Amino acid sequence: MKILLIGNPNVGKSVVFNRLTGVDVISSNYPGTTIDYSKGYLNLEGERVELIDVPGTYTLEPTCKAEEIAVQLLNEGDVFINVIDATNLERSLNLTLQLIRHKKPMVIALNCFDETKHIGITIDVKKLEQIIDVSCIPTCALSGEGINELIERINEARTSGFVFDNMQRWNEIGKIINQVQIIKHKHHTFSETLRDVSVKPVTGIPILVFVLLTVFITIRFIGESLINYIFQPFFDSVWTPIMLKLSVFLSNPQVLHDLLIGKLVNGTIDYGQSFGLLTTGLFVPIGAVLPYVFAFYIVLALLEDSGYLPRVAVMVDTIMHKTGLHGLAIIPMLLGFGCNVPGALATRVLETRKEKFIAATLLSIAVPCMALQAMLFGLLGPYGIKGLGIVFGTLLIVWLILGLMLRRIIKGTSPEIFVEIPPYRIPYLKGAVKKTWMRLKWFIKEAVPFVLLGVLIANLLYTFGILQFIGKITAPVFIHFLGLPKEAAGALIMGFLRKDLAVGMLIPLHMTLKQLIVASVVLSMYFPCVATFAILLKELGIIDLLKSTLIMVLAALITGGLLNIILSVTLNQ
Amino acid sequence: MITLIDLPDGSTGTITAINGGYGLTQKLDDLGIHIGKEIIKVSRQWMKGPVIIRSGNMEIALGYGMARRIMVEIK
Repeated sequence: MKILLIGNPNVGKSVVFNRLTGVDVISSNYPGTTIDYSKGYLNLEGERVELIDVPGTYTLEPTCKAEEIAVQLLNEGDVFINVIDATNLERSLNLTLQLIRHKKPMVIALNCFDETKHIGITIDVKKLEQIIDVSCIPTCALSGEGINELIERINEARTSGFVFDNMQRWNEIGKIINQVQIIKHKHHTFSETLRDVSVKPVTGIPILVFVLLTVFITIRFIGESLINYIFQPFFDSVWTPIMLKLSVFLSNPQVLHDLLIGKLVNGTIDYGQSFGLLTTGLFVPIGAVLPYVFAFYIVLALLEDSGYLPRVAVMVDTIMHKTGLHGLAIIPMLLGFGCNVPGALATRVLETRKEKFIAATLLSIAVPCMALQAMLFGLLGPYGIKGLGIVFGTLLIVWLILGLMLRRIIKGTSPEIFVEIPPYRIPYLKGAVKKTWMRLKWFIKEAVPFVLLGVLIANLLYTFGILQFIGKITAPVFIHFLGLPKEAAGALIMGFLRKDLAVGMLIPLHMTLKQLIVASVVLSMYFPCVATFAILLKELGIIDLLKSTLIMVLAALITGGLLNIILSVTLNQ
Repeated sequence: MITLIDLPDGSTGTITAINGGYGLTQKLDDLGIHIGKEIIKVSRQWMKGPVIIRSGNMEIALGYGMARRIMVEIK
């Protein structure tokens, strides 16, 4: 048996799904978190049944990709659980009536039922059940209330015998609402006031600037503290002695030693330069990057669950329009700062091919992922605001200029923003921690093997002289055009695999500040890592991806070349 | 009758016409925004930015171009 969870966007289907199956899927307080369906299993009176979390939709006449998926899935289901936001009963019933016309057994979960009391809404559940002829179970998925009852009453699922005039759907809904819902008028609540000030330009823009600055400072503070007080000390005082013992033990044969430990610098391990699988290969993803990835995701989770992100989308909409996107494109961009892979997937919230192409290209070029940023903080941090400021400033300018150009060049339409703004919710800490943990697990599973593979390949390429050879033939570009040492070519090549590793390979080159900045910018821009590339291939198709890649390489070279000239003058290097 | 753009922030209006194609009318209708519906305008961003409206417990942000096509009777 297949059960489908269906409902409007952001009514808590994914939270219900997590509760019912114990399978964890990401949920947030903004519409469109679930862009693909998730599958899980649920034990129903001894029978194992499949449960599918369908992406949210307002209607069964699809208007975007996520809605298309939803409609396609409908035919496969045996039973529907229609998840309704009880605080928005009227709007939700529109989809319910459309589902009733599908003539499949269903039950309704009246989610967020606890919230109705706070905002003065009373719903007569018995009456509602009578009218639409479907069992309705009040739930609060966040706290788990009502979930057991929902499970027990799934067997009440039946094909509704409710007859209505589909052409007059809203009239019919109005009639139902009049009979089952009473709204007590309440005074402006604090939550409403907060909603209003955060979207009025006069107050909203300062709030936005403040929030973004706080987010950035918090991430850096958490990340740096974790590195300085936990991860670096661990590697220095626990891991290094173990590696040195292993080094003695492995001294013969040399090949294995070089592969696992790498070379010793002044008789000890230097995690930036040793370049063995167990030294640099583990230090880069775990010692340098993981703390920042953790910091990013915990802050992101709190931000997502608060309901602020759709408001950010509204505030930045005007700027995004200049680049042929609309405000919602800020969500793939923000996710991209964590990792470009989920960022690229989230471009599905955008409707047209033009928007997706622009968003994916700008994301790959000008949004450095946390792994890359963490390494850049390490590489350029010692130079203070000058180094990092120029790198991030350049990326921002490139993002804008390229966006302005792409908007004009790329054919197609750029629709306007149209999004539901959810109410604010106090982030539920346990949920945020769980979500962060899921994302960290994913990061460790994806990143560590790739970095290890990268270290292995880099070692092999060096041993066989291939990187040196590539360095030689690309030397004119690197030395004369970008002003970089020819060894930097090796780092850029490994950047295809992992950008954090590539930055790691820049460390031993002892470059000047100007060279570090140019190398960092080029590395950020020229190509997405292979994992992102694979996702973009799926999302854009090969032709658009090749076009996008060409833009990336050209933009990286031009920007790198210009920076080299400008910085030569301004930094005197 | 004025457009949603000209409806002052914080005031309530009743939708009297939607001068858009099928797409816009349908998109709004899916969310229960149709002729005769009473809505509150929450805010509008500068430089032809999006407009936010509230209907019941629901808030929706819609682009300037869409808001311009929605006619309301101020209450």
